[in-house]
Amino acid sequence: MSFLRRRKGTGSSKSPNFVGSKIEDGDGKKKLFESPGKKWSCWDSCCWFIGFICSMWWLLLLLYNTMPASIPQYVTEAITGPLTDSPGVKLRKEGLTVNHPVVFVPGIVTGGLELWEGHQCADGLFRKRLWGGTFGELYKRPLCWAQHMSLDNESGLDPPGIRVRPVSGLVAADYFAAGYFVWAVLIANLAQIGYEEKTMYMAAYDWRLSFQNTEVRDQTLSRMKSNIELLVATNGGKKVVVIPHSMGVLYFLHFMKWVEAPAPMGGGGGSDWCAKHIKAVMNIGGPFLGVPKSVSGLFSVEARDIAVARAFAPGFLDKDVFGLQTFQHLMRMTRTWDSTMSMIPKGGDTIWGGLDWSPEGQSFNCGAKRLRNNSINNIVQNANLNLADNVKSVNYGRIISFGKDVAEAHSSKIKRVDFQGAVNSVKLPNLTTSCDIWIEYHEIGNHRIKAVADYKVYTAGSILDLLHFVAPKLMARGGAHFSHGIADNLDDPKYQHYKYWSNPLETKLPNAPDMEIYSMYGVGIPTERAYVYKLNSGTDCSIPFQIDTSAEGGSEDSCLKGGVFSADGDETVPVLSAGFMCAKGWRGKTRFNPSGIRTYIREYSHAPPANLLEGRGTQSGAHVDIMGNFALIEDVIRVAAGATGKELGGDHVYSDIFKWAARINLQL
Amino acid sequence: MASILRLRKLHYVEPAVKCCSVGFESPKIDEKLDKKEEDVISANNLALGIKNKRKQGKEWRCVDSCCWLIGCLCTTWWLLLLLFHCWPVTLLRAPELPGPGVRLKREGLMALHPVVLVPGIVTGGLELWEGRPCAHGLFRKRLWGGSFTEIFKRPLCLLEHLSLRYETGLDPPGIRVRAVPGLVAADYFAPGYFVWAVLIENLAKIGYEEKNLHMAAYDWRLSFQNTEIRDHSLTRLKSKIELMYITNGYKKVVVVPHSMGAIYFLHFLKWVETPPPMGGGGGPGWCAKHIKATMNIGPTFLGVPKAVSNLFSAEGRDASYIRGMVPGVFDSAMLGLQTFEHVMRMSRTWDSIVSLLPKGGDAIWGNMDWSPEEGHVCDFSKKSHSQTSLSDNNVNNSDVKGGFRVKDLAKYGRIISFGKAASVLHSSKLPTVDSKEFSRTSTSQTLNTSCGEVWTEYDEMSRQNIQNVAADKAYTTTTLLDLLRLVAPKMMRRAEAHFSHGIADDLDDPKYNHYKYWSNPLETKLPDAPDMEMYCLYGVGIPTERSYVYKASPSSRCKSIPYQIDSSHSGEDNSCLRGGVYFVDGDESVPVLSAGFMCAKGWRGRTRFNPSGIATHIREYRHKPPTSLLEGRGIESGAHVDIMGNSALIEDILRVAAGATGDEIGGDRIYSDILRMSKGINLPL
Repeated sequence: MSFLRRRKGTGSSKSPNFVGSKIEDGDGKKKLFESPGKKWSCWDSCCWFIGFICSMWWLLLLLYNTMPASIPQYVTEAITGPLTDSPGVKLRKEGLTVNHPVVFVPGIVTGGLELWEGHQCADGLFRKRLWGGTFGELYKRPLCWAQHMSLDNESGLDPPGIRVRPVSGLVAADYFAAGYFVWAVLIANLAQIGYEEKTMYMAAYDWRLSFQNTEVRDQTLSRMKSNIELLVATNGGKKVVVIPHSMGVLYFLHFMKWVEAPAPMGGGGGSDWCAKHIKAVMNIGGPFLGVPKSVSGLFSVEARDIAVARAFAPGFLDKDVFGLQTFQHLMRMTRTWDSTMSMIPKGGDTIWGGLDWSPEGQSFNCGAKRLRNNSINNIVQNANLNLADNVKSVNYGRIISFGKDVAEAHSSKIKRVDFQGAVNSVKLPNLTTSCDIWIEYHEIGNHRIKAVADYKVYTAGSILDLLHFVAPKLMARGGAHFSHGIADNLDDPKYQHYKYWSNPLETKLPNAPDMEIYSMYGVGIPTERAYVYKLNSGTDCSIPFQIDTSAEGGSEDSCLKGGVFSADGDETVPVLSAGFMCAKGWRGKTRFNPSGIRTYIREYSHAPPANLLEGRGTQSGAHVDIMGNFALIEDVIRVAAGATGKELGGDHVYSDIFKWAARINLQL
Repeated sequence: MASILRLRKLHYVEPAVKCCSVGFESPKIDEKLDKKEEDVISANNLALGIKNKRKQGKEWRCVDSCCWLIGCLCTTWWLLLLLFHCWPVTLLRAPELPGPGVRLKREGLMALHPVVLVPGIVTGGLELWEGRPCAHGLFRKRLWGGSFTEIFKRPLCLLEHLSLRYETGLDPPGIRVRAVPGLVAADYFAPGYFVWAVLIENLAKIGYEEKNLHMAAYDWRLSFQNTEIRDHSLTRLKSKIELMYITNGYKKVVVVPHSMGAIYFLHFLKWVETPPPMGGGGGPGWCAKHIKATMNIGPTFLGVPKAVSNLFSAEGRDASYIRGMVPGVFDSAMLGLQTFEHVMRMSRTWDSIVSLLPKGGDAIWGNMDWSPEEGHVCDFSKKSHSQTSLSDNNVNNSDVKGGFRVKDLAKYGRIISFGKAASVLHSSKLPTVDSKEFSRTSTSQTLNTSCGEVWTEYDEMSRQNIQNVAADKAYTTTTLLDLLRLVAPKMMRRAEAHFSHGIADDLDDPKYNHYKYWSNPLETKLPDAPDMEMYCLYGVGIPTERSYVYKASPSSRCKSIPYQIDSSHSGEDNSCLRGGVYFVDGDESVPVLSAGFMCAKGWRGRTRFNPSGIATHIREYRHKPPTSLLEGRGIESGAHVDIMGNSALIEDILRVAAGATGDEIGGDRIYSDILRMSKGINLPL
């Protein structure tokens, strides 16, 4: 801006400046002549400036467009050294070609949604993306957008007059937003060894719905079954390799049960459908046992980037564009999505730890992460630190605690008041009157909110009670579709109901001894595991609970940062959730895996991109960025081209997952 | 930012210093210069109509004014854009009549039968899956359809990628271009140029969505059987139809093919019931079980004469819509001087174009002295589009038939004639076309002189042959095929393994089980599905190319195409000859005869082509051009592609999709002479 001022200054002859003085030196007459012409108003300067910027921009654009395509690559190579071949090119040189057809199952949030029928306010958006793509409409008409993205509060299906449907085809989730790849890199690499539409299939589904409802409303599961059968038939009987990501993992688990269950509840494929059609399931970052993030998401919509969207539009979501009620709107919207319920931690205290115990508790060191750039270091360090045992144990089992002191104190010292009692004793006060946006918190009174805080500590088991308490309708609706327990007896006929199908602890894997299950996930990034909460002192209409961001651990090495306890994981899914089933629950012939399907764990240690040119990195272990991880892509391609888990090298583990799994006392 | 500031400083200091020094030495010159500059600038400002209170100083240079101007324009533009965006949506649009979808929804129509859309030639998008280095960065980008920017940027590279292998009609080595799948494949051909989008939107209004609406996209460059061999397109379509049938409560599907999609789907109907490996193995009852109706829009059942000129000289007036879209590229000599040669080379690798050659030979399309359309009166004046003048036309028509101007009758049967004389003279005065002569000359010596880099099959013909072909001859549909075999022997050999253009004498002959006959309605039987319905929906009232007057091209350039349409010939006002092309009634691409004959006669009732007596219905839509620019491409258009936005047509499709039968929507609706024309055709049924 300084130059603007100068411009103005030089323009007016009255102010003493160097042009004026020079002219004075040169010629007297000239000064006379020029004096009226030297008024640069602010307006002119602005125009000049804008014009200048625009012209420069266009010039650069022109240059950029005429530039041969090889230059950026050349520049990159000059800076970072010669590029390594992408895995696709490398493996094609090795002679790998198309073998097994590939099915992608995208996760939550990453799939695009488009409008098929809407209210007046969404005029002109027919078949335009509401979710994914540019999110332009989100900015233009936020309220309308939120209204259309919400589902019906009662049924968890379409609200009347609104039909929002998943985008189909590979475009559904190749890029989430312009330039932010999800599946695109993997698709490109597969194409390099010869894959194309006839051998690839993106099983896009509406990720807002509960899994069974995708079948009820869109027949998504039937379509998937038919498409897999078609792929197998047209590719000479080669079985498919399925690659689910994130929540897609649970969705596909549900599918495998559904397809073999008899109609009408299931797909009627018969008990050997999976054995006949599926070669391998390569789960990427699978939240088999749920993610703690979803708890804070449901409880107070605060989970740090539970939606990738927050990474994109942080300003938008964190500031109050909706007026002062962004979070309330968000909460109202996300709570209509049954699918978020599928990711509440499963298995209760047995898996996630009790008040004073947790599988990761004693051995995970949060401070070591800074130094983790390569695997060797990492392991050595971990081992050293563990031997030294200088790590203060963290009570990860307490997924929600009210106050930092409570989070760290021994269980015997915590005074808890049972909140369930408050249910009957307190009458509903009329709080709904003053609030524009209805959320279920308005129906529970202050006393009950107080009671919730008084219980102090919630473990994975009591979290469910808590959610039932604060959001009874949501839980009643979602509870019909998902279950979060551990089965005592898997042969109990009740487990034939679809609500158990997406919980690996309450279903058996299909009878397909030749199938392989891979668990592929990133490690080495601090991942949300437990929260410190506080009561919100705000008005009646706000959400009454908040993460207490002031709670910090004492030292650099502490796992507590900004009210969140972190554990090892891929930024979203803790290692425990992604790896436990393959490390222990399904390993060998167990009651969850009666036919002894082989399982493999492939971990990818996170190495952040070295410089900006690398974009999101080729060695990333982050939940979504891992889809661009070369090592992972190579594994996927090898399996798609026919390799087995053994040939790939079996397990590939950096984290302590086996140690943690051993500590979990689960009857197998 | 910092660098910009620095730059700015430079700009600024420089002139000041210069002026200063110049001024020191010769103040007078300087003054003059200044005055001049000032004059220019003030003139500029005046011209712009901007009130500029200040006179410009010396430092206000040309660059500065430019910048200022651009800045001004940009700011105003942004301001207007902002205003435009803030504008309430309802104010901008003229109050529209509710579309057919909304209207029918109010009537209570609901989605019932699943709908399958089968796009035609050219309109489907194609994307790159593997390519040469020159196509770097285009992975999964559209090469065809969409914005076509790449065609402008690297035309030769694109042509190379869009071509198929000349010998096989399949992918060239190292190149994989595939059809875009899903509804996006052909909803819009280019931004703003709808194909299926309007129909899809109206279907959605009554409740359709992806689960009961499917676009059967296929690679339209390949021969139909090759789409199955390479991409399994037919198997996918079969599986998709079966799935939709089951998931929608065992409701049969309504298929809506457009243009070439009509014969593609005809091929599918035969394919699906034929046992594997050649067919889909659906068994004889498959179509009866799964298909309620086939609603062919602008079907090219008997071929289009346009395909002839396209193959012969790459000239067919907008044979591909692309010429309408980017006329500049193809008509000017942007690709060097060989645009047409390039286009010809590319389009001759596409087998599908051969499927569009006129079928049925002289029996259908007329011989040297007779044609079914005989007596058609062309009226190019605008008023012919309105209702009243059309009835006048009919009066005229009968006058003509009364022998008023018999000798002016266009001889449509001569699809290609060399010279106007050959197109009018009685056949006895013309040299006969001897097919033996062709076979003799086609073994000519190759003339591979190395000029130009575009190879077309014309290069392998001798000069002598080229002249022989042209010597004042006229060709009918039957001899035309011989002609093409002469000028493009390799292409015809390749493509005729996939397509046939004759009439079957005995449909039970086992040779007709071969797939090359499946897309020719005159050489296949319709499936045994008595409850199915066939619709022919097409536009009428637009002059449509029917036959051509050619000349040998004068240029002696070794690599040019030796023939071109002789556009100097035009008849008088009421004649059907315009710019070397004879016109008949049609939808601008497909003549009424080709679109309507099968439904009007070939399949009507129980015939040998339709043994189970599938009901046929003809629905014609008279063309009315949009009255104003605001209407875009019109809601009453009858043009080949624009008809997809025709309200009446959309309403018919919606009603059938919601369960109506052909009789319920009103049976036949005919404006043209199709019934009379069909009567004139002598085809054993």
